[in-house]
Amino acid sequence: MPKNEECRYTKSHEWSYLDGNEAVVGISDHAQKEITDIVFVEMPKVGKQVSSGEAAATVESVKAAFDIYSPLSGEIRAVNPEVAKDPSIVNKEPHGQGWLFRLKLSRKEEFNSLMDWKQYQEFIKTQKH
Amino acid sequence: MSTETVSLLRKTPLNQAQKEMFAKMVDFHGWELPLYFESILKEHEAVRNHCGVFDVSHMGRLRIEGPSALELLQKINANDVGSLKPGESLYSHMLNSKGGIIDDLIVSCLSPNHYYAVVNAARLEADKTWILKNNTHGASIIDESSHTAMLAVQGPKAEDILSRRLAFKEAATLPRFGAVKTAILDRPALMTRTGYTGEDGFEIIVSEKDAKAIWLGLVSGGAIPCGLAARDTLRLEAGLLLNGQDMNEEISSLEAGCAWLVKFEKEFIGKEALLAQKKSGLPSRLYGVKLSDKGVPRPGNEVFLGEKKIGVLTSATFSPTLKIGIGLAYLPADIKAGDDLFVSVHGRKIAAKAGPMQFYKGKIHA
Repeated sequence: MPKNEECRYTKSHEWSYLDGNEAVVGISDHAQKEITDIVFVEMPKVGKQVSSGEAAATVESVKAAFDIYSPLSGEIRAVNPEVAKDPSIVNKEPHGQGWLFRLKLSRKEEFNSLMDWKQYQEFIKTQKH
Repeated sequence: MSTETVSLLRKTPLNQAQKEMFAKMVDFHGWELPLYFESILKEHEAVRNHCGVFDVSHMGRLRIEGPSALELLQKINANDVGSLKPGESLYSHMLNSKGGIIDDLIVSCLSPNHYYAVVNAARLEADKTWILKNNTHGASIIDESSHTAMLAVQGPKAEDILSRRLAFKEAATLPRFGAVKTAILDRPALMTRTGYTGEDGFEIIVSEKDAKAIWLGLVSGGAIPCGLAARDTLRLEAGLLLNGQDMNEEISSLEAGCAWLVKFEKEFIGKEALLAQKKSGLPSRLYGVKLSDKGVPRPGNEVFLGEKKIGVLTSATFSPTLKIGIGLAYLPADIKAGDDLFVSVHGRKIAAKAGPMQFYKGKIHA
């Protein structure tokens, strides 16, 4: 599983990990803590084209639904079947077993414009009052 | 949320103590109350299997006393307050002349001519106006809400914690819907064996200055601090209605599935309207709606029979106990339990079934 330092991050708290011409996407530990108890995840359909910044999945807690935005543009190649069986793994291991989907990238260069781990840590600090 | 907004909200005597326990606070009808502490699911589970404690000090508390107290209470309640002996409570609806629900409440008889009513926070002012308007024989109405606090201790271990850790002598003997003026932790308290979770439990009314000591006593005794979010999932599983959401002044007790509490053998405001409704038949009534497939229904989601929209969910959530979506909806009265429905969630139609309002039966007999 990718280390925090190997991933890039969005301001909407998704992480992505580059694997050749594909990327794995999930939500950050910070995001799962804010969302709390995850009880359902609606995944995108395999084969769907998504653009960076487009709502691709929905994560639901007991109280509310949260849109998850694709950090990168491409085609959905796979979704995590384990999350459908037990959505709480996204809370337990947001960077590991709780990954959400895998993309075949159409604009790989987008990855470089995302925040690295250090920048993301700084960004979270600015979000707290 | 700016700090200026927060400072305008009303606070209970436990506000600071709850913030020190890292409560996530929310604006609930103008009150700053905990939505949850650490986890809604853990709090829900604590009440189902162990014990949870809720601050419900925002609720309205009224003493109704004097020789004409019973006459007044009989007039404004659909349930039979006259059937109460000292030390007993009941759940009732206060109706307008059209049979619409002004509020739902719990009335306790403490001694002859001494009654206590607990009403919804958002309805307290409307209730008082209505009660005073109908108080034609001069019963005394005393609003105790602002100088008392109220805690709900709920779950199968509530009796044990209150008895062993808070020196509540009558914990084991107080029956369901019993009421007793007693002491806990050597502080005067009005205790009722009531709640809004579908589990055994107690509601405690104490002076505001004693609230923190009792809250901390309960937490140190093993009760898990719980917030409004778990209160909502617990009550909905148990089929208990929320005023303003599942009922209002345009809806009658019969439509709301509460015919059991309407006592036609006595006189009360709204009786004629309910009798007329009973005779002509109900156009719609409240049903339970249980999803058959995954998805989280929310209040406002539309309910379909085939292609036809037949209602809207008034309350809905993911049920932590059943692990499936549940909700309540007013549907045409010819719908039968087991009928196949659909609920539209994020534009996706999810299969569901109509059924009773109660999704979870606890170990208590309400």
